[in-house]
Amino acid sequence: MTAPTALIAEDEPLLAAGLRADLAALWPELVVAAQVGDGASAVAQALALQPQVCFLDIRMPGLSGLEAAQMLAEEWPEHTLFPLLVFVTAYDQYALAAFDAQAVDYLVKPVDRTRLQACVYRLKARLYGRLHASPAERSAQTASAADDTLAQTMTQLRALLGAAAGGCAGTGGTGGNAGGAQRPPLLDVVQAQIGNLVHLVPVAEVIYFEAADKYVRVVTAEREHLIRMSLRELLPQLDAQRFWQVHRSTVVQARCISTARREESGKVTLTLAGHRDKLTASRLYAHLFKGM
Amino acid sequence: MPSPPAAASTAFAAAWQRVKRRLLRTVLVVSAICVVIAVILTAVDGRGFGMKLVYSFSIGLVCNSIVFGAMLLSGWFTDLLHRARGRPLPAQSTTGWHGVVAGTVGAALIGPPLGLLLADWITGFTSPSVLNFNSTSTRLTLLFSVLATVVSLFIIQAQERLANARAQAEAAQRRAAENQLRLLQSQLEPHMLFNTLANLRVLIGMDPPRAQAMLDRLIAFLRATLNASRMPQHPLATEFDRVADYLALMDVRMGPRLRIRLHLPDALRTLPVPSLLLQPLVENAIKHGLEPKVQGGRVEVSARQEGDTLVLVVRDTGIGLAAAAAAAAGDGSHFGLAQARERLATLFGSRASLNLQDADDAEGGVRVTLRLPISITTTVTSP
Repeated sequence: MTAPTALIAEDEPLLAAGLRADLAALWPELVVAAQVGDGASAVAQALALQPQVCFLDIRMPGLSGLEAAQMLAEEWPEHTLFPLLVFVTAYDQYALAAFDAQAVDYLVKPVDRTRLQACVYRLKARLYGRLHASPAERSAQTASAADDTLAQTMTQLRALLGAAAGGCAGTGGTGGNAGGAQRPPLLDVVQAQIGNLVHLVPVAEVIYFEAADKYVRVVTAEREHLIRMSLRELLPQLDAQRFWQVHRSTVVQARCISTARREESGKVTLTLAGHRDKLTASRLYAHLFKGM
Repeated sequence: MPSPPAAASTAFAAAWQRVKRRLLRTVLVVSAICVVIAVILTAVDGRGFGMKLVYSFSIGLVCNSIVFGAMLLSGWFTDLLHRARGRPLPAQSTTGWHGVVAGTVGAALIGPPLGLLLADWITGFTSPSVLNFNSTSTRLTLLFSVLATVVSLFIIQAQERLANARAQAEAAQRRAAENQLRLLQSQLEPHMLFNTLANLRVLIGMDPPRAQAMLDRLIAFLRATLNASRMPQHPLATEFDRVADYLALMDVRMGPRLRIRLHLPDALRTLPVPSLLLQPLVENAIKHGLEPKVQGGRVEVSARQEGDTLVLVVRDTGIGLAAAAAAAAGDGSHFGLAQARERLATLFGSRASLNLQDADDAEGGVRVTLRLPISITTTVTSP
C-alpha cells in the first residue's frame, strides 16, 4: 500500500507549518503532497495531485475553504476516490453548527494535539476501511466506494453551504443574527447598464443567471445583459423558491426548466422552455431533480 | 424611568397625554399644599381645621381642574386653528403653553368662588361672598388660591423638566455604553483573537523569543483596547504605537503577504488625538483590503500637518472598495468607519472630516484620509 497523501490549504504560513509539524509527529507515514495559501490553488493542486486528505482553512483569500470544497466536488473526476475533507476554522459558528451532525471532521484553531490525534484516528479508520479490501474486492468496490464518499461529501457540503447562507440571513440558530447583517430585500428588476443606458429587466422574465468572472450574465428569452456584481451578492436577493441554484455559477428560474436528464457522470442536463441553451446541474445540486 | 411620550398626532392628543402624565403628581402636590393652607388659616383665626381643609381642598380641586381643562381646550383649539389654515402642527414642545397660562389666570380668577360654592354645597354652610373684599378671610382665600395654583404649577413643571433631563441623560449614557461595547466587540473579534493565539501556540514550539515578543504585542494591544474608554485621548505617538502593535500581530500571521509602512514626523508626536481612532481603520484595511487578496500587499499609516490641520492617512494596496463591498456582502460590518466618523463629529463638529476612496494610483487599494483641527495650546505627553 502506498503512503497516504494530504494537501494543506492555510493562508497563515505559521499555522500551516504548525499543522504540518503536528501531523508529522502524530501520523509519520502521511506525506504532505502540497501546501497552499489560497482556495484557488487548493482546488488546482488537489485536482492535479489527488491526495486522500485535504485540510482546508475556511477563511482564505480568493476562494474560501467551503467554496473550494464545492468546486472540488463539482470538478472531481468520476470513479476516483474523493478526498476526505477536514475543515479548519478559528471561529465560524455556522460551520460548527453544521458539522455537529456530520462525519467530515473539523478542527478549531488553535488546534490542540489531543483533538488532532482524534482527527487522525478518524481519518485513518476511514482510509483503511477503504483500502484494506483485497485487490480483487477493491477493483470491484472502488467505483462504488468512490461514489459513496462523494455522495456523503455532497450531503455534508449541502448542509454547510446552506448553513453559510443561513448564517448571513440570521436564521442560523443561536446567535446567528449577532453579526447584524440583515437579508436584503428581494429584487424586482435587474438594472443592467451599457454605456449611459440602463436596461430594466424584470426578474420574472429572467431565464437564468450565470456567473462570468466579476460579472453575472442575465439571460432572458430575447437577449442577455451583463451586471457588475457577483453571483454571491445576487443570490440573497432572489426568491429561492423560484430561482434554483443548480451549479456553483448558475441560477435558473424553475418554471423555465422543461426537462432534466441525469447523465452517466451524475450531472444533470437541463433543457429550457423558451431558450435554446442547455444548462448543466452539478452533482451537488442533482438531488433537486427527481420524479414526484 | 418614564418612557418618552409617544408621538401624538394632534395637539389635543398631546395635551391629553400631558394631563394624564401630570395627574398623579398634581394630586399629591395639591393635597400637600391644601393641608398646609388649612393649617395656616387655622393658625390665623384659631378655629375649625376640618372645615378649612374642606374649603382648601375644594378650591384646589376646582383651580387645577380649570388648568387641566384649559390645557385640553387649548389643544383642541390649536387643532381647529391649524386645520382651518391647513398647516402642519408646530413642534410639540411649543404647543400647550398658552393653555397652561390661560388656565392659571382663569383658575386664579374664577377658581376661588367656584371652589367656595362647592365647599358650601358639601358643608351646607354659607360663606361670605368672595366679591366682598372687606372680609379678611376672603382676601386670604383669594391670595392663597392664586399662590397655591401658581406654586403647584411651578413644582410640577420643575419636576417634569427634571424627569425629562434625567431620561435624556440616561439615554445618552446608554448610547455611549452601547458604542463602547460595540467597539470592544469589533476589536476583540474572536476570529482575530483565536488566529493570533493559534500562531502564538506554533511559535512557542518553534521560536520562543519571537513568541515572547508576539505575546508582548498582544498584551499591549489588549490593554489599549480595554483602556480606551478610560483615556478619551492620547498623544499621536501612542496611537502609532498601538497601530504598530496590531500590525506586528498581523505581520506574524500573514507573513510575507503583509508589508507595513508607518510615518510619523517628530514634530507631531505629542499632538493629542482621540484614542484608538486609527485602529479600526487599519483593521478594515487588513480585513477588507489585504486579507482577501491572494498576493497580499502593503498598509501605510502616515501623519502630516497642513496649516492648522492634522492629516492622517490609512492606505492599503488591497482589493479596493467595490470588491471589498462585494466580498463583505452579507457580512457587511462597516462599523469601524461609522464609529470613527461619529467620534470625529462629536469631538470636532464640522472642523474634522473623514474621507474614504479608492487610491488613485497604479497600486490600487483604498485610502482613508482624516482631517482634524490642531489647537496649539493642547499637547499631551505620553502617560
